[in-house]
Amino acid sequence: MTDSVLSAPLSRRLFLKTGALVGCSIAAQPLMTTVTFAAAPGENRLVVLILRGAMDGLDVVRPVGDPAFAGYRNLTLKAGEALPLTGIYAAHPDLAPLMPLWAKGELAFAHAVSTPYRDKRSHFDGQDILEAGTGRDVPDLTVKDGWLNRMLQAMPGLSSETAFAVGRDEMKVILGRAPYASWAPDARLQLSAQGRRLLARMYQDDPMFRTSATEAIALTDQMAATADAMGAGSDGMMMAPAPAMAPAANTAAAPDPLAAFAASRLKGDTRIATFSISGWDSHAAQADVLKRELGALCRTILTLKEDLGPVWGKTTVIAMTEFGRTAKENGTGGTDHGTGGAMLMAGGAIRGGKVYGRWPGLDEAALYERRDLMPTADVRAYAAWAMRGLYGLDKGLLEKTVFPGLDMGTDPGILA
Amino acid sequence: MPSNATIAAIRFGCGLSPLAPAPADAAAILAGLAAPDQALADFPGPDPQQVWALGHQVTEHNRDARANVPGAAEALKETRRQINVMNDAALLNFVQRGVYGASGFRERLQDFWTNHFTVVGKLARVKAIPSVFADEAVRPHMTGRFTDLLTAVVTHPAMLIYLDQITSSGPQSRAGERQKRGLNENLAREVLELHTLGVGAGYSQTDVRQFAYLLTGLTLDNKDGQFRFNPNMVEPAAETLLGKTYGGPPKDKLAQINRALDDIALRPETAQHIATKIAVHFVADTPDPGLVQAMTAAYRRSGGDLTAVYSAMLDHPAAWAPPGAKVRMPFDYIVAALRALAPPRETLAGLRPQQIQRFVQTPLIGMGQPFQQAPGPNGWHEDSAGWVTPPLLAARIQWAMAVPQQLLPDLPDPRDFVQVALADAASQTVIDAARQAENRREGVGLVLASNDFNRR
Repeated sequence: MTDSVLSAPLSRRLFLKTGALVGCSIAAQPLMTTVTFAAAPGENRLVVLILRGAMDGLDVVRPVGDPAFAGYRNLTLKAGEALPLTGIYAAHPDLAPLMPLWAKGELAFAHAVSTPYRDKRSHFDGQDILEAGTGRDVPDLTVKDGWLNRMLQAMPGLSSETAFAVGRDEMKVILGRAPYASWAPDARLQLSAQGRRLLARMYQDDPMFRTSATEAIALTDQMAATADAMGAGSDGMMMAPAPAMAPAANTAAAPDPLAAFAASRLKGDTRIATFSISGWDSHAAQADVLKRELGALCRTILTLKEDLGPVWGKTTVIAMTEFGRTAKENGTGGTDHGTGGAMLMAGGAIRGGKVYGRWPGLDEAALYERRDLMPTADVRAYAAWAMRGLYGLDKGLLEKTVFPGLDMGTDPGILA
Repeated sequence: MPSNATIAAIRFGCGLSPLAPAPADAAAILAGLAAPDQALADFPGPDPQQVWALGHQVTEHNRDARANVPGAAEALKETRRQINVMNDAALLNFVQRGVYGASGFRERLQDFWTNHFTVVGKLARVKAIPSVFADEAVRPHMTGRFTDLLTAVVTHPAMLIYLDQITSSGPQSRAGERQKRGLNENLAREVLELHTLGVGAGYSQTDVRQFAYLLTGLTLDNKDGQFRFNPNMVEPAAETLLGKTYGGPPKDKLAQINRALDDIALRPETAQHIATKIAVHFVADTPDPGLVQAMTAAYRRSGGDLTAVYSAMLDHPAAWAPPGAKVRMPFDYIVAALRALAPPRETLAGLRPQQIQRFVQTPLIGMGQPFQQAPGPNGWHEDSAGWVTPPLLAARIQWAMAVPQQLLPDLPDPRDFVQVALADAASQTVIDAARQAENRREGVGLVLASNDFNRR
């Protein structure tokens, strides 16, 4: 029976049924993972984007009404007309494609936020802490899983596709023991029936390889079945024709296919998706860097909105980065590593048209170490309130388990 | 139980080959490393002068194109094509060094050190510059003192461009005052955090800042792309870094930079960091503490002599545990597969650019390691499980099933190939799979897709 499961392209329904039938003898099913069948956790969707490289929150959401701002950014970074938002804030001109969302209340920001990380200003420790969701100012090496996974661990009725890591970047935010799926839009796997059988036996005693291959095969079959159902004339072993692979993961055009793929899953059984947009480190020629990166971010969000259709109304996108950048621009048309920064929220489920957070001011004495924007809120609190609103998770659980040591404070009301 | 020769080839080399015997033991590995670098002579990287000349042409054609000079757009296109051809050739040469080279350990060290000192060719006009960097800054210094390697790397144009050092100027320097230029912290921070002390060491933001002031003046000559020290960019004041002061007039500051790099290289935190990274790369994601301790001690005892560190690793019993603790990274995986398949030299040498794309470049993207495009200055991660996610593993299986046949129309018998590729490291399951495969293509593919072959 193992062989028939593994060798024939199956519709998702059939795949799940078969999984149910053999669920009691997993040991005999080397390429099957456990699949549970309780109802998925509601209809709300959450997309978590990790912006790697430290986005300059002060350039993306410019506090133009703060009298000190112009003094810090008097050279290269003022170029281009900022787009008025609310209060003292104006958006970077390269966010123009998202302004219709702002007007509709489907785009918001939180300013002067950060993780608990302080002082060393390492991208890599910063990203590890952001994704682990830990509460200390240095990496907590005892925590091996990511906060999205700890949220999943607490959710009832999880299926193997409730959560999806999209693309090829390592996503530590979702690593952990709760099941999640992982695939890239242009990935494919073509194997004969015999090839599958032998591969299954070969991987049988090696869980790392067995689990990944099981999932790769299941997803390939499922996508082939979908393609068949849509009359795409699939060869039964691979998904719809892959778009040309991007030459590098961080080129501006790359996020589009990831967002489209994420949307295709979110329209089905998937409720949570995560992927990253890399390349925000802007030590020099920041205007060029942000043009590229904000272009990618805009395309990502607009692709999600477009492809999700009515589901966009139930969707919350949060985009977070490891830290902000120096208040003062450096000597080479860029900014160096800082502390406080900004996060972005989008989607039909949010209460947009707002810049959340308490503004600390930019006077030198108000800066963190007289250098960086002073964080006035823990960025984890916004993610926690989103989870509470979307999935009804208990506040104590969020503050103790998902985000250890977090004080969520009062509800900022980011959801509509 | 795999023999030491098998472990030597798989863990410390580019895998087993039917063309060359595996080194028998630690002494043989080190002897191979001490021998002349024949692989570099056989498979040379791109000519640095040509890399820069083509980059210069791009600048000129761009300028002409903006001025509507006839033919400029076509000339630009042709130069870009030549740059791409050069870059493909560079990739192929690196592959061939691993497939046919006599010292697999040397090639693995090049992979390790170019990853430790990651550079990405972020300027398209000189995108082959990471290959030049590998041959000029890294490869000649992998067996000597770490401080010499560090100095070569930190003063190489590829690193100066990648980490934004070339325009960093002291605000009080002549260039700073005249052009309103100032400091950039990027290189200073990453040298301390990634290249030497490690992020856990006790340096502060003030140290980063002081080091950034000290590094002003490191730049390059835009005409020939060579490293140049420009005293006009040097911050005049003395700097204090990790408790030591580096002063003197701007024109003498390069010697002070070298002194600082020496001092940093010899610090115990650097010894610990470098020893740990080497052990993590070669032996295990979480290496035996005794192994790291022995390597750290060798580093400190020898004043950072890298061969002494390698020797300490190879002399430690933990280095000879059965293979499997690590997963081969994608480049290493493709090289090892080709080494086992051993196509005739002229087959690889004769690959056209489109074939290099199809057999190597694009698969590397699919497996998650696009050539010389690490996501950040910390390079590719060493987390074995992270290389075996469903989409990345699918790309390995795809490669194993499809590419060997296209390179070698006359594929070996899978029952023989499993012995060539894995020798006494082959488990019964992979031997069975090779025997039961329906055809040679799938049999060879299964051997290369096996967990045994993907691990090391």
